[in-house]
Amino acid sequence: MTDVTKLGVLETAKLIREKKVSCEEVVRAYIKNIEEKIVLNAVVEVFDDAIDEAKKVDERVKNGEKLRALEGVPMLIKDNILITGKHAGCASRFMQNFVAPYDATVIAKLRNEGVIFLGRTNMDEFAMGSSTEKSCYGICRNALDTSRVPGGSSGGSASAVGANLACASLGSDTGGSIRQPASYNGVYGVKPTYGRVSRYGLIAFASSLDQIGPITKNIEDNAYLLKVISGKDEHDMTSASASVDDYNEIKSQKSYKFGICDEVEKQLTNLVTKPVYDKIIEKLKKNGCEFVHFSIKDFDLCLPIYYVLSTAEATSNLGRFDGVKYTVRSERADNVPEIYTKSRSEGFGEEVKRRIMLGSYVLSSGYYDAYYNKAKKLQRRLTNQLTDAFKECDAVLLPTTANVAFKIGSKGDNPIDMYLEDLFTTLANITGVPSFSIPCGKGEGDMPLGLQIMCNKFEERKMYEIAKYIEKLLKGENV
Amino acid sequence: MSEYETVIGLEVHAELKTKSKCFCSCVNEFGGEPNTHCCPVCVGLPGALPVINKRAVELTIKAGLCMGCDINDIAVFERKNYFYPDLAKAYQISQLVRPICLHGGVTLDSGKFIRLNRIHLEEDAGKLVHKNLAVGTLVDYNRGGVPLIEMVSEADMSSAAEAVEFMTKLRHNLIYANIAECKMQEGGMRADVNVSVRKKGETKLGTKVEMKNINSIKAVERSILYESARQIELLENGGTVKQETRRWDDLKGENYPMRSKENSQDYRYFPDPDILSIKIPRESVEKIRKEIPLLPAERKKKYIEEYNLSNYDAGVLLSEKAYADYFEQCVQLYNKPKGIANWIMSSVLTIIKDEEEKVIRISPKNLTAIIEMLDKKQISQQDSRTLFAKCWEEDIDAKATAEKMGMLSSLSSGDIEKVVDEVLAENPNACEDFKKTPERVLPFFIGQCMKKTKGKADSELVKKLIYEKLK
Repeated sequence: MTDVTKLGVLETAKLIREKKVSCEEVVRAYIKNIEEKIVLNAVVEVFDDAIDEAKKVDERVKNGEKLRALEGVPMLIKDNILITGKHAGCASRFMQNFVAPYDATVIAKLRNEGVIFLGRTNMDEFAMGSSTEKSCYGICRNALDTSRVPGGSSGGSASAVGANLACASLGSDTGGSIRQPASYNGVYGVKPTYGRVSRYGLIAFASSLDQIGPITKNIEDNAYLLKVISGKDEHDMTSASASVDDYNEIKSQKSYKFGICDEVEKQLTNLVTKPVYDKIIEKLKKNGCEFVHFSIKDFDLCLPIYYVLSTAEATSNLGRFDGVKYTVRSERADNVPEIYTKSRSEGFGEEVKRRIMLGSYVLSSGYYDAYYNKAKKLQRRLTNQLTDAFKECDAVLLPTTANVAFKIGSKGDNPIDMYLEDLFTTLANITGVPSFSIPCGKGEGDMPLGLQIMCNKFEERKMYEIAKYIEKLLKGENV
Repeated sequence: MSEYETVIGLEVHAELKTKSKCFCSCVNEFGGEPNTHCCPVCVGLPGALPVINKRAVELTIKAGLCMGCDINDIAVFERKNYFYPDLAKAYQISQLVRPICLHGGVTLDSGKFIRLNRIHLEEDAGKLVHKNLAVGTLVDYNRGGVPLIEMVSEADMSSAAEAVEFMTKLRHNLIYANIAECKMQEGGMRADVNVSVRKKGETKLGTKVEMKNINSIKAVERSILYESARQIELLENGGTVKQETRRWDDLKGENYPMRSKENSQDYRYFPDPDILSIKIPRESVEKIRKEIPLLPAERKKKYIEEYNLSNYDAGVLLSEKAYADYFEQCVQLYNKPKGIANWIMSSVLTIIKDEEEKVIRISPKNLTAIIEMLDKKQISQQDSRTLFAKCWEEDIDAKATAEKMGMLSSLSSGDIEKVVDEVLAENPNACEDFKKTPERVLPFFIGQCMKKTKGKADSELVKKLIYEKLK
């Protein structure tokens, strides 16, 4: 029998359903992988009830009970998504006492479909970072080269899928935190339309930008999982009532019309990875696809807008971590003000503190209009510019990152270097559109590169079709 | 001292009477074992998100309509960020830029109009419990997330009495329209009071001092009197008033400094990204408008103009919704408002005035039955009082009891007139005496009539007839 851990979500479910493999075997095989690849530090906890859950699935199979679509499929979950009775630590020492008393909506939905939760994955503390080097559990490593970072903040979720430590995983994406690590580990990661997936039970970083999304080994799995976790949630007012398409049957058209943003292209000219993307465009053109150029004049403002809005919201969202309730209280605190100041000073890491300070600053009286309000206005302008572009094309193509995964410790000194990792990814968060990163070639050190397929809001179905189309073309298959 | 005038602005908070809290489905109920009316949302657990309670928005609109406010088409919720252990999320969901209601106001009895700046919806905080100092301070989040409206006045009031009347009128409107219960002792209505003083004729406002969270109308009055006197004394002695927040100690009847302006907090307000802005269509505003019953001011007008009650009587009946409702139920049963009002004022309210629980223990049906029997001379004055007392004690049927106890007079007024004529004819000397000193002889005549009728004659009627006949 081939190695089951190489298989994706749908294939695994099918094998279990057809009794070709037991769920327990699958779960044990993944746990074995996790143990063998402990050096990756991608998984911070393997749940001790995973094998029992697998045995229950096998009972159901044996008894001929009706099996759900994802019955027995083991998945890993980012450390900032709540699972009843499990720790949710946000990779912060401040949160190590917190046990989730309820299921996030996405978890409840996956549970309903029969998914087995295998464990929690490493991340940058409170999802703030692009390398998963800033975790209280220690640095996480790239699935394909342990001297390199896995990206972040969902580095553990992406590295784990890249190294076959689970069928798939969930990550969260505020400024690129699913797509950039997916790209670095050669896997598939989606940032859905804002509102597509309920945020209830996701520990908030920046509420107006955060989205949960699946990280998978192939396009079909990604589409399927997104369908399962999507939909209006009465617990989340920002969840959209837009109907959830069935992405099961991905049927592509003969050709598509793609948009290329001038400002992105300008950035690309300086990059060593440019030939990879040129080749893709060439292939698409040869296959009859049309390309239109458009301009997002404010593209250069993506990062400033992103850092103003995300830190403003974060500073407020992280206020509840105060040493009063579930967060670790400083032992040196003698009174109420000290509970706050000392617990927060000891509990949060440097990067988190930096962003809390930045966010407090942009919201403070006298600076609100100059920063927060201005960023809000520019966000609307940018969204209009991108929405206009979608009138002329099916999808916008752009790289996920400027280069392949960088070496661990190589971007330690200047936080701005790290912030530039989000250059191509924040656009989708700021404008709320969906964006899917798929592996599209190799760069330096034979490391993978990602291509982002960005569609208009709630056009995930088209986005997956185009992904399938491009992938077939890159593999030299007929489309 | 008299050349100073006081300028007062109030921010009055009232807890809305909704079934559930403002942003979650936990029960909105006073008290309960600590932390039992709680869920991940109202204790601000990570990952939990607020979902707006539509009824709370509707009641805020209703409050706005009662106070003559304009209702915004779109309302936005903001986060007010500050740290305090009773504030689970470290921010309060409130409204700053686009509150649900704008403008409006309340007219005082003097005719003076006190403007409102706005009414907005926000959530209440939990409570710190200091009961057991050995354990330390504890937090009870039962109240956290309870919907609260804040009614912000302009600085239009110029005396403690005006502030009291303004707050009382707000309170009455909220209670009459079933928006809030405003139970002071449960913290259901609280006020922040802003006070400044200035020389009469001066148009520029003086430096204001704020006193927060005062939880009774009486305390609002006392705090204003104290604070304006303090400021005037300060100015008279050549000092200046410092802009600050002072804490009112109602037991000691004085206030002391809490926080100066330099130390005032920066709440870093910004729109709550978890709550989409709320669209308020005109049709739903009109629908809510139809839910509003007659408010105290309108009821007062009706009592005076239609029912011929005095301003004072109308005011007493309206001072509690229970009294006014009781009065109106009685009028529905027996359309003699003036007589009913007299009975309520003289009998009902005199009894419950001294009672702990102000409960009217006689049904409108019984009270009106007694009044009606009396009006029709079917029972005597004395019997009506006996009957009233019996019905107050236990819920019996007034009419049936009157009958059972033989109170119902079988004598028609014609019969009584006959008896009176007899008595007068039998006592010509007494008739002569009556013309000189009627009050002395009257009891004798009444006594004679009672004797002849075995006590069944209505003494009031007898009295009336004697006066008529001997005039």
